[in-house]
Amino acid sequence: MKIVVGLGSCGIAAGAQKVYDKIKRQLDVRGANNQLEPVGCIGMCYLEPIVEFIEEDGNKHTYTKVTPDIVDEILEGIFEDNPCKKHLINPIEWDKLQKQKRIALKNCGVIDPENIHQYIEHDGYEAVKKCIQKMTPKEVIEEIKVSNIRGRGGAGFPTWFKWNAAMNNNGNTKYIVCNADEGDPGAFMDRSILEGDPHAVIEGMMIAGYAIGAQEGVIYVRAEYPLAIVRLQKAILQAKELNLLGSNIFDSTFQFDLKIKAGAGAFVCGEETALIASLEGERGMPRLKPPFPAEKGLWQQSTNINNVETFANIPWIINQGGKSFADIGVDNSKGTKVFALTGKIKDGGLVEVPMGTSLREIIFDIGGGIINDKEFKAVQLGGPSGGCIPKELLDTSVDYESINQTGAIMGSGGMVVMDDTTCMVDMAKFFLDFTCKESCGKCIHCRLGTKRMLEILTRITDGKGQDGDIELLEDLGTGIKEGSLCGLGQTAPNPVLSTIKYFREEYERHIIDKTCPAKQCKALLTHKILEKKCINCGLCLRNCSVEAITGSKKEAHRIHSEKCIQCGICFEVCPVGAVSVY
Amino acid sequence: MLCCKENGDKIEAIIEKHRNNPGSIITILQEVQEVFNYLPKDVLAIIAEKTKIKPAKIYGVATFYKQFRLNPIGKYLILLCQGTACHVNGSKKIEETLYDELKIKDGETTEDGLFTLNNVACLGCCSLSPVMMINEETYGSLTPEHVAEIIRELKNKENRQVV
Repeated sequence: MKIVVGLGSCGIAAGAQKVYDKIKRQLDVRGANNQLEPVGCIGMCYLEPIVEFIEEDGNKHTYTKVTPDIVDEILEGIFEDNPCKKHLINPIEWDKLQKQKRIALKNCGVIDPENIHQYIEHDGYEAVKKCIQKMTPKEVIEEIKVSNIRGRGGAGFPTWFKWNAAMNNNGNTKYIVCNADEGDPGAFMDRSILEGDPHAVIEGMMIAGYAIGAQEGVIYVRAEYPLAIVRLQKAILQAKELNLLGSNIFDSTFQFDLKIKAGAGAFVCGEETALIASLEGERGMPRLKPPFPAEKGLWQQSTNINNVETFANIPWIINQGGKSFADIGVDNSKGTKVFALTGKIKDGGLVEVPMGTSLREIIFDIGGGIINDKEFKAVQLGGPSGGCIPKELLDTSVDYESINQTGAIMGSGGMVVMDDTTCMVDMAKFFLDFTCKESCGKCIHCRLGTKRMLEILTRITDGKGQDGDIELLEDLGTGIKEGSLCGLGQTAPNPVLSTIKYFREEYERHIIDKTCPAKQCKALLTHKILEKKCINCGLCLRNCSVEAITGSKKEAHRIHSEKCIQCGICFEVCPVGAVSVY
Repeated sequence: MLCCKENGDKIEAIIEKHRNNPGSIITILQEVQEVFNYLPKDVLAIIAEKTKIKPAKIYGVATFYKQFRLNPIGKYLILLCQGTACHVNGSKKIEETLYDELKIKDGETTEDGLFTLNNVACLGCCSLSPVMMINEETYGSLTPEHVAEIIRELKNKENRQVV
């Protein structure tokens, strides 16, 4: 029997390493020689840590939310052939997996990412072998063209087109770069792929290298992803040992080498020309395009840059044929897309769905709906470059064109769900604060425009909003979009413009009525104690840091509004819910 | 800050390792920061001298990327996630609690040199939000009470060691 434990970063944060260690110790104590394997993240983050016992006949016992304390109980049952039922996975969870289609994530949570042989057993490196031995570079690009895969990093540029441009370049030295600088807050698709199936990315890069004629590849990984870096390093080493990287690969003249470059924390480096600047040891500031990287990229040589998920799809496309990929999805958006489902969602995690699936299906059928069954308010797609999609548009199909029409973008795959306790003005402010800090400063519109927008949003949430602020935000937003060089500035106003588009009333309530309907903007709240409910316990009085509450054991307590700073502590400590906020 | 020959040798070895790789300044700074835990100004000057890269350029790179620090940090580096999911799920409250417990804001270090607080964009553990990381350990599904407990435990641990 094989025992597998999900050891992705999020699994480890949930305590999976401790569970793994405990199982290992217990197996040693019992003298059992079961195969114990770490695997990547299967995507069901809300059930972590997950432990699976797989019998020889394929029969599985899957346990969820395992803690070291219950390891004994579970192992006992397994070894006595009477598996304990208590912590078994709810069969409904498997249905959720059935609704997905896994291509980029196909090996995540299935194979041991630190063991190249397991990847090879799952048809690993077959695709690159096929390319080298049976296909010309042109044929490879043709296959990618048939698949119609578009860049998964956000902009959705056709992958074959980039490859073709790089192939047609006459330069002798060319580079393949993998953009693993996943900077969108609320997105962790690329991290999971790198941690769970690093060889798929390596193989995808090799195929791209063969197609455009590059002999060297670089993976630019965020420094915040230490585990992904470690697993990639191991994977590259193992591939070199088996001569899958290096020279004379599969006894051909094809040679390819890979190295890793750790980023140093700059969101703008996700933009390809900024990424190249960073690889060259410069400040990560974007430059004008054209020339595109396919003509003049890294060290002024022809360079092809793709995102992690794009590369992870490539081996599947070569193995199964471009047509099989194009059969999945809709119109001009083919294949699948991985999303990181987070926020106020019951079953958050990673999901991979065919393009064309509706937002409703993803959030409610796969994600299980909203925490505490509250009212769904909006979903944010595309991080700081994207926008909020409201309830009325829940049936929007998830494909590049439909999402763009709403004013959001597909983005790299962050999907943050919000309920009625999320203030949309605060949300817009949150993203602007982010882009304002991350603007590299090169373009005036982006550098100063985002700052001005942030100031306006801050005054609105502070209750000092003025008539005309909404129009000013729209005006500034349009200006920034037009006046910025790179994707960061061109999309930075999106979160504001899309929330104004769908939640204009909420902005007006802040500015005109000086209230926050979601009760999040503290400066706009008023706290009051309901005399009838108050039990005179004095908890609020003792916790109030500004002595704004008076009362005694014999009389109901009162908040003096002139002293109150709206910190909300009285609301939190009141045992009978006598403090109301409005 | 160099204080001893040993550190000087370490810097020398790091620079030597990357001598033939153009564009390695970021990697060099990362490795040097691992030695000192931050980038002392005189060390930046030494790197400039040895790599023949202009000091202004090195300073430019060191101040552009968030990972680099020009000031020492506390024994415990708290990385508080401010990603979208954490924001929606209450990271502000966590920040307030940390302020109550430690009296430091983003980027500051406690007077006793024990704790430094840094807000970070996203730690990628969104399903466990709100999240913070102290040195290498990740703490998820935080509540203000839980955070206060974690900080007090670390403080107690330090006090015991002093006694």
